[in-house]
Amino acid sequence: MQPRATRDPAWARWLLTAVALMFLLFFLVLPLAVVFSQALEKGVGHYLATIREPNALEAIKLTLLTVAIVVPANVAFGVAAAWAIAKFKFPGKSVLTTLIDLPFAVSPVIAGLIYVLVFGAHGWFGPWLIAHDLKVIFAVPGIVLATAFVTCPFVARELIPLMQAQGTDEESSAVTLGANGWQTFLRVTLPNIKWGLFYGVILCNARAMGEFGAVSVVSGHIRGVTNTMPLHVEILYNEYNIAGAFAVASLLALLALATLVLKSVVEWRQAGVP
Amino acid sequence: MTPARTSRSILPGFGLSMGFTLAYLGLIVLVPLSAAFLRAAGMSTHDFVAAVASPRVIAAYRLSFGASLAAGGVNMVFGLVVAWVLVRYPFPGRRIIDALVDLPFALPTAVAGIALTSLYSAHGWVGRWLAPLGLQVAFTWTGVFVALTFIGLPFVVRTVQPVLQELEPEIEEAASTLGANRWQAVTRILLPELAPSLLTGFALAFARALGEYGSVVFISGNMPMRTEIVPLLIITKLEQYDYRGATAIAVVMLVSSFILLLLINLLQKWSRRYHAI
Repeated sequence: MQPRATRDPAWARWLLTAVALMFLLFFLVLPLAVVFSQALEKGVGHYLATIREPNALEAIKLTLLTVAIVVPANVAFGVAAAWAIAKFKFPGKSVLTTLIDLPFAVSPVIAGLIYVLVFGAHGWFGPWLIAHDLKVIFAVPGIVLATAFVTCPFVARELIPLMQAQGTDEESSAVTLGANGWQTFLRVTLPNIKWGLFYGVILCNARAMGEFGAVSVVSGHIRGVTNTMPLHVEILYNEYNIAGAFAVASLLALLALATLVLKSVVEWRQAGVP
Repeated sequence: MTPARTSRSILPGFGLSMGFTLAYLGLIVLVPLSAAFLRAAGMSTHDFVAAVASPRVIAAYRLSFGASLAAGGVNMVFGLVVAWVLVRYPFPGRRIIDALVDLPFALPTAVAGIALTSLYSAHGWVGRWLAPLGLQVAFTWTGVFVALTFIGLPFVVRTVQPVLQELEPEIEEAASTLGANRWQAVTRILLPELAPSLLTGFALAFARALGEYGSVVFISGNMPMRTEIVPLLIITKLEQYDYRGATAIAVVMLVSSFILLLLINLLQKWSRRYHAI
């Protein structure tokens, strides 16, 4: 029971709850519901056919490949950055922390553009790449790089505050007792940060699978070759294959829901909610 | 700080972790970003101004900044109400609703884009009720605003919620004991307490909305001068092989974002100090 002074009159409680739920209904629940409703509009048969279609399968494969490269790379980056920032003192630490967050402030479209400026036909390395018959832009490496840019802060920003709060006492004891660096990290630090790491990984994974703006600039939209799942959704939608677009979109929506469930489980665990 | 100093020096791996961090950050983020600035620096002032201040670009700035401000404002009001209800009023299904607030972070923007378009178009579940009222959402300014409200929704809730949770009930009790009615306690005690986090949430939502692309392009209709947002204009210029024009606009947007990032950092420092007292 709340103390009287912090309790609002019943009408205010009802009104505010109603306003909040209506807002969330129109901006969250209905958009989510419409994805599944539209996806199944032409029946389960059409739904399954759209997902099993070769170009859709290629898009799913490319998305999984991108994630398989980007997420481990960003985990390595996040762990290294958090280790350096949380366990040591050095000048310019706050500047480095800000720089790590920088990609979140950059529009995804600009993230794509800058890679075109570096690796595109008219970019810095364009002539060299052409001379060596290598392709980055309008090819898989460009998609991987642009996705890595957009998602690189996720793991680091989860781990830095966590490892800072944990301090260095446990690691120092381990080292004093004769453990080497890797042993210390694997047996002392990793068990302490595993949930934070997992949290960062699922957020990074969700964003990497769903990234649209950055990938759209560097992909070139070559069907079956450089189309990721979100780009495939766009193509189907622009061809007025609405049910098809929503069928592929529903897979991404399921991924989002799974992300929210896992994220909540981690949060409840950490908050000690049974 | 002497103990920290000694314990710090015995931990290994500084060179390796710092070296990898700087190399990765440099290669993935800083060098490519500098490409935009170096490219723009290579343009003459006249060309640069012509590229970033043509009427079509100005119209796009007005749309992007205006709709982002409006969406941030709406999220500030409704985000506060949602955070308030989630923290203060227990109701069935509260934890599910709480988890769902992060949906815009988790749902790919292209999916959000086509879902909102379908929902708010003239034949959509919501749009068909708005159409007789003369309110067209899809393919208008309102559509851009709706999409930006969606993607900015979690920011205010997630910055205000923890502050609200940690607020001592004693200050409200004191206000009540001293004769303030509930309305006075809320407007004079609670709102000023929440102001820094509300502003931070607003700034985060605004910054995100400025650069947003995926959720907007489907619902906006993309008419030049009317419903064309800045990120789309950058892509249009790229597709026309106007790399200089695209880069110049991108630099304007990057500088705006960095100024916002700086403001957000200051706001967060302010709100931390505010709550430390």
